[in-house]
Amino acid sequence: MELSGAKILIESLKQEGVEYIFGVNGGAAMPIFDALYDHPDVKLIMMRHEQGASHAADGYARATGKVGVTLATSGPGATNLVTGIATAYMDSIPMVAITGQVFTHLMGNDAFQECDVIGVTRPVCKHSYLIKSGDEVAEVIAEAFHIASTGRPGPVVVDFAKDAQIHESLFRYPEKVNIRSYKPKVEGHPRQIAKAVELIHNAERPILYAGGGVTLSDASEELRELAIKTGIPITVTLMGLGAFPETHPLAMEMPGMHGSCCANYAFTDSDLVVAIGARFDDRVTGDLTKFAPNAKKIHIDIDASCIGKNVPIDVPIVGDAKRVLAEMNKLVHRVDIEPWMRQINEWKAQYPFEYEQNGDNIMPQYVIEQIYDLYSDAIVVGDVGQHQMWAAQYFKFTEPRQWLNSGGLGTMGFSLPAAIGAQLGCPDKTVVNINGDGSYIMTIQELVPAISMKLPLKIFIINNMYLGMVRQWQELFHQKRYAAVDYHDNPDFAQLADAFGATGIRVDRIEDVRPALEKAKAINDGPVVIDFIVDEEENVFPMVPAGAGLGDVIRGLA
Amino acid sequence: MAEERHIFSVLVENRFGVLARIAGLFSGRGFNIDSLNVAETDDPGVSHMTIVTHGDAQIIEQIYKHLNKLIDVIKVIDLTVENHVERELVLIKVYAEPQRRGEILQIVEIFRAHTVDVGPDSLIIEVTGDEGKLKAVVDLLRPYGIRELARTGKIAIMRGAPR
Ligand SMILES: Cc1ncc(C[n+]2csc(CCOP(=O)(O)OP(=O)(O)O)c2C)c(N)n1
Ligand SMILES: [Mg+2]
Repeated sequence: MELSGAKILIESLKQEGVEYIFGVNGGAAMPIFDALYDHPDVKLIMMRHEQGASHAADGYARATGKVGVTLATSGPGATNLVTGIATAYMDSIPMVAITGQVFTHLMGNDAFQECDVIGVTRPVCKHSYLIKSGDEVAEVIAEAFHIASTGRPGPVVVDFAKDAQIHESLFRYPEKVNIRSYKPKVEGHPRQIAKAVELIHNAERPILYAGGGVTLSDASEELRELAIKTGIPITVTLMGLGAFPETHPLAMEMPGMHGSCCANYAFTDSDLVVAIGARFDDRVTGDLTKFAPNAKKIHIDIDASCIGKNVPIDVPIVGDAKRVLAEMNKLVHRVDIEPWMRQINEWKAQYPFEYEQNGDNIMPQYVIEQIYDLYSDAIVVGDVGQHQMWAAQYFKFTEPRQWLNSGGLGTMGFSLPAAIGAQLGCPDKTVVNINGDGSYIMTIQELVPAISMKLPLKIFIINNMYLGMVRQWQELFHQKRYAAVDYHDNPDFAQLADAFGATGIRVDRIEDVRPALEKAKAINDGPVVIDFIVDEEENVFPMVPAGAGLGDVIRGLA
Repeated sequence: MAEERHIFSVLVENRFGVLARIAGLFSGRGFNIDSLNVAETDDPGVSHMTIVTHGDAQIIEQIYKHLNKLIDVIKVIDLTVENHVERELVLIKVYAEPQRRGEILQIVEIFRAHTVDVGPDSLIIEVTGDEGKLKAVVDLLRPYGIRELARTGKIAIMRGAPR
């Protein structure tokens, strides 16, 4: 039977097991939305802004490990998607972003709502396709899903001309995809693995350094086995939190700019760093010349271009973290690093994450501690800023895919729409959104679909009436010149939530924090928004100032 | 680290947008392209690119890895470390009054170049060769007055049987 290109697209998505598409309608995508109108299997989630749609697809992917799908019209719809595509790209999230495009005969003519989407998105996606004919659709979609979800995952853009959406052709879905120029290397080289194991067995001060790649490759079990079998202490990055339980005695908590002193000192003093699915990001390493100066380095990554990019590597292993760790686990045994562990435990005891109570103010860290106490099993979706760092520090993540945040691009506004995607992907989980007052208002319109779908999101705003993270830098490095960070003109977020049709609660006294969180737990017929009015000028510590080495971490202002 | 010149031979799918992806890889990461040549191979589905670039060892390694990472790239060879043949073609339109033509044609002959067009007061000369030869010809012709010059950029392939 002949089907329109738009129908072939939807049937192809069904073949890929797609449950949800997050999108916003518009002229050049109308045939696609029409094909979705009464489709029994593939559901369209109507978001209120394309950026929200892309983050929702991303949140769905992060929470489930499946490919997230987002859909927008040409021109402004497509450009609105770009932030979400770039966000997914930086964190290697599998996503397929579909954009309508003007008729092929109009392309290149500056037609109404025309935009060179392939050109605009080229540097922020893993790959892209332009569909100019209906009979290309099935093959392109099969390839797009294959590329998005294999190797180092990432977003794939499919730009779909309107005439190709209408044009009818025969639907036949490819049984398997074979792209001769794309064959990701998953198996680590046995000789390299043997070399790595030898270094591990001979090290005196080794550490494991795991990142988001462990979660992406579903290698959390293998990572746990490696750490526990060898007895080597481990630090997990912001992107990987939960891949190893923070509650385990070997856990040193996250490293880097706002990481634990223990992790940062351990890097600095170590003689062996085993990096697994982590990319030596500048927010982790600080000044490279002072980064782990005495350590040999092993780097396991599926992306060869990540290895040796920032830091010279002694034993590179290109491969899928899950496979490589499984091989390593067959060879490793317990290492005798008694004095090193004593040092690690001393640092841990001496420098835990801590804060001082300021008068009667609600301290933001206290709010996170209480959230953790009541919602320790929840999926937590963080936004970007101080609240993100406090959430990472004070919530003890124990499972992969439990902590979702925009680590690489640091996209404010990510979290509310991403929480929607996560909740749809994991209907049986509680989804907590830890947001900032500045970040929240960037995508606040996405409350609407959350309310329409009665999603029981717990939206907790750490409201310091500032773009707090920027204010902190101004306080520390710009003589307190608070340029363009004062958000005291914020609306009343609780009233605003009520006006949207959600439940809004304002909390401005310490004693109300816990009861409000408990109350939120009981509300499950739609989103709850709690506006926590917190200490305005609290800072995030520890802090490795930009340009300093990890050993020069500032523990606090006193 | 010392800067080195490298020649990459790159086989790519002959598809929409491939050149832009390669160019974007270089511009987006601040890598340099000294010359770039693209054309179809014997298989119309595959194009061959010769990219001449320079950078320190770490940058060259990154270029190699990032080229390989592009989905449409089938194969990358760093020819600099292989036994290879490289050639470039240059077209030179040189100012040539009738009384000086003889001298110019002598140069053409010595270098086994060709005269491909003769105008009232200029000649177009075609030279193929390696970098040294092209430089020698151009240097010798410069005193006569070069009106226009166009070069293909290097093309190169590995000697011997494919690995
Ligand atoms: C889209 C975007 N714009 C600007 C920034 C720069 N930025 C980083 S953190 C931050 C402040 C975030 O404020 P808020 O959400 O209130 O969080 P807080 O730091 O106060 O906890 C800003 C402006 C960003 N990361 N993303
Ligand atoms: Mg704030």
